[in-house]
Amino acid sequence: MSVLDLARWQFAITTVYHFIFVPLTIGLSLVVACMQTAWFRTRNDVYLRMTKFFGKLFLINMAVGVVTGIVQEFQFGMNWSQYSRFVGNIFGAPLAMEALLAFFLESTFIGLWVFGWDKLSPRLHLATIWLTAIGTSLSAYFILAANSWMQHPVGYRIDPVTHRAVLTSIWAVLTNSTAINAWTHVFFAALLTAAVVMIGASAWNLARGKFTDVFRKSLRAGLALALGAGLAVAITGDLQARLMDSQQPMKMAAAEALYNTASPAPFSLITIGALNGDKEIWSVKVPYLLSLIATMDPNGTVQGINNVEKAYVKKYGPGDYKPYVPVVYWSFRLMVGLGLLAALFGAIGLWLTRRRQIPRSRWFYRAALGVVVLPYLASALGWIFTEMGRQPWTVFGVLTTSASVSNGVTSSSVIISMTAFTLVYAVLAAIAIRLAFAHIRNGAPEEVPAPSDSERPPVFSY
Amino acid sequence: MTLADFWFILIAVLWIGYFVLEGFDFGVGILLPVIGRSDAERRTLINAIGPVWDGNEVWLITAGGATFAAFPLWYATMFSGFYLALLIILLALIVRGVAFEFRSKVDDPRWRARWDLAIVVGSALPALLWGVAFGNIVRGVPINADGVFTGNLLTLLNPYALLGGLATLTLFALHGAVFLGLKTTGDLRDRSRAAGVRVAIAAVPIAAAFLLVSQVAHGNAWTDLTAAFAAAALLAGVAMLLRKREGLAFAGLAVTLLLAVVTLFGDLFPNVLPSTTDPAYSLTVANASSAHYTLVVMTWVALIFTPVVLAYQAWTYWVFRKRLRVTDFSVSSAGAVIRPGGHGDSGQRPGGPSPAARSGHRQATS
Ligand code: HDD
Ligand code: HEM
Ligand code: HEM
Repeated sequence: MSVLDLARWQFAITTVYHFIFVPLTIGLSLVVACMQTAWFRTRNDVYLRMTKFFGKLFLINMAVGVVTGIVQEFQFGMNWSQYSRFVGNIFGAPLAMEALLAFFLESTFIGLWVFGWDKLSPRLHLATIWLTAIGTSLSAYFILAANSWMQHPVGYRIDPVTHRAVLTSIWAVLTNSTAINAWTHVFFAALLTAAVVMIGASAWNLARGKFTDVFRKSLRAGLALALGAGLAVAITGDLQARLMDSQQPMKMAAAEALYNTASPAPFSLITIGALNGDKEIWSVKVPYLLSLIATMDPNGTVQGINNVEKAYVKKYGPGDYKPYVPVVYWSFRLMVGLGLLAALFGAIGLWLTRRRQIPRSRWFYRAALGVVVLPYLASALGWIFTEMGRQPWTVFGVLTTSASVSNGVTSSSVIISMTAFTLVYAVLAAIAIRLAFAHIRNGAPEEVPAPSDSERPPVFSY
Repeated sequence: MTLADFWFILIAVLWIGYFVLEGFDFGVGILLPVIGRSDAERRTLINAIGPVWDGNEVWLITAGGATFAAFPLWYATMFSGFYLALLIILLALIVRGVAFEFRSKVDDPRWRARWDLAIVVGSALPALLWGVAFGNIVRGVPINADGVFTGNLLTLLNPYALLGGLATLTLFALHGAVFLGLKTTGDLRDRSRAAGVRVAIAAVPIAAAFLLVSQVAHGNAWTDLTAAFAAAALLAGVAMLLRKREGLAFAGLAVTLLLAVVTLFGDLFPNVLPSTTDPAYSLTVANASSAHYTLVVMTWVALIFTPVVLAYQAWTYWVFRKRLRVTDFSVSSAGAVIRPGGHGDSGQRPGGPSPAARSGHRQATS
């Protein structure tokens, strides 16, 4: 494999892995902040136990999120040095802002939250978890603004002497329509992830009749959040699709494996066949729907891959501007489908638990555990869709992926690093999952008051 | 002074923040088995840096991000050039970071011993390698006309850089020992001081030698002065440690690290990464920096938010200023604390106790 392929694989592995932990950090930090607020307001012990139970789950998850993030930050220089030289003027700015405005905030205040239970007043202590939660969402905004600039470059010009991209408006970069949409979409995806983790952990304990006072409440809350966040993810995703149709028409066409421009265009639910433009073997299509999604008009025109390709060749010179269609097509479908399935479970669960009922059926609890993986898969597929649909570009219309990779780095170096990261990450995943399960099994026991202050270890200490 | 010069200074400031702050938590990690003999003691030491280590590490992330934004060419050449060294640092930081969070989550001595080892190695390797990296930055590395590093891992392992590595390793260990002397009581405090004195026997000559070689080969008039002050601060710090004045000793070491970074950046200026192939290929403050507008934007951001960050980080240190006692951490098993007097009913305390008083003993489960 070439350095380019290896670097792409390494980036895909490490970012998708980072993003396993990211959504739960973002979503659960907010959820825990809400739980603690509820306890602060009502002084009902159930909320305190809930806060601690989900708080610890949050910490196990966040630990891995933090350490895998550092790799991301360094990787641009290590594997993508030509990219870094070319875009550093622009891309570096949100990254540096993220560190200064968001990472300091979340890392400092999570330390205060963990160790500050008996050192800060309840009000101040509550503020620390809120600041952590704000920090995580803020960090998501900055990194998504950076990523969105690659999807839809704005606020820059190419310097005629150095041939590098130069920032002309930071405001344009930070208010990029793509960034705003990506953030809302990812934010609700994060809440959906937190919701299913609440559902899964609560269901596990409820099925065994343990700590029902805490987990019935958290189950209901999780179900409601899943339904709400699931709908919001669909709405924001739809907005993104419309934006994508105008900003990256090739991605939209590839997402539908639509080779020839159509008006009206049908939405393809499932296709069996090669997806290379030949006649498919079998498919299910919903007439008018793609036109409706992409243009808000049932008869609107959606461009096909072949037509976009022609336009790109005219604009950017001879070359192949098609992404790898099957991956783009299927990742899009599965993201939408799996995510909506989780939202649907939220609706069903709310119905089954209405009027303080606890469902008896074992199937309900099995399904509740199964639902947990859905948003994780949907998020990973969402990124694979977004990034692979952009190929062959790293910065859309400006810089190709093959021109981004490091010069001077040998493939053996990349093989070593990719192998090392993959192995370490696999071990970490196994350990984190084991710890999370052990914690869930432990449940949310009653609070036991301390005999005296002297032998009291700090609540969440290491 | 140009804006690029200003950013060169600001990046030095970020590295100062990183070395002064993460320096001591690396030191705590390195000395963990030396100072902490029982599990409860090691737990106490880890909790001494518990609330702050992550915030300390963000100084590194910010230094990386700021270099990317202000000196993209420096970032690109350095990070791709130091590839394998950075890989080792990253792996070490990963293992160390999760070790803090995970070690007390399972009640099994073997489990804890393994994570303790991860903390020691994960702290010692970066402590060594950051010095090696800075040695190479000051000394220069082979860079061709395209600004691409043409050496390999062995190029980086030259005697001067290795001396730099030993200097940061021993200085951080000393800094950590002093910090623990400041944060613990009784036996732990005595042992921290003793460990600090032993480390100082190595740290003082090594650091002095590194600074001396740096000044002979790369120095100028004013960095000779900062190097001399760095050495003086180091000696003063050690003297204070001998007198059991840990607070002043800590200040002495902080000043040592600060001035050492100032000296190295002073020696480097106006280069950011000299080329040993041909000085004409060197990356400099002027030729590696971002365009004016980016620097203006980032300057505003830095001027507004750096003081805010400093303020809340300082406040954190204030909140956790108390010395820690080993008894606070003697947990016999995960989830159950040693309870003298067999206490254990679960009656509620009336009258709205603090959250901690309520949460009490249920501890380190999972
Ligand atoms: C949408 C959200 C999102 C996305 C797309 C990314 N991250 Fe991330 N990152 C976070 C959201 C986040 C977070 C929620 O803020 C984390 C997760 C766990 C944590 O503690 O903070 C985090 C942690 C984290 C850290 C450690 C911060 C610390 O020590 O506290 C770094 C250095 C990065 N990330 C860098 C990156 C880079 C360079 C990315 C691009 C490839 C990236 N992240 C993608
Ligand atoms: C009806 C449902 C959904 C629709 C219509 C939708 C639509 C989209 C679109 C169009 C993009 C690509 C944006 C671009 O490349 O410019 C995208 C990306 C993404 N989606 Fe979805 N999505 C849906 C559900 C979900 C769900 C349920 C999740 C996860 C829980 C999810 C997670 C993501 C992620 C992480 C990305 C990549 C980041 C981004 O570009 O915003 N999506 N989605
Ligand atoms: C914010 C800065 C980001 C940059 C600079 C960036 C850049 C890149 C580059 C250079 C590649 C390799 C080219 C390629 O193979 O596609 C890539 C691939 C990829 N990235 Fe991103 N990316 C960013 C963010 C993300 C994030 C946050 C994720 C998801 C968590 C992500 C997911 C992926 C995936 C799944 C691939 C593999 C696609 C493939 O191999 O073709 N990216 N990205």
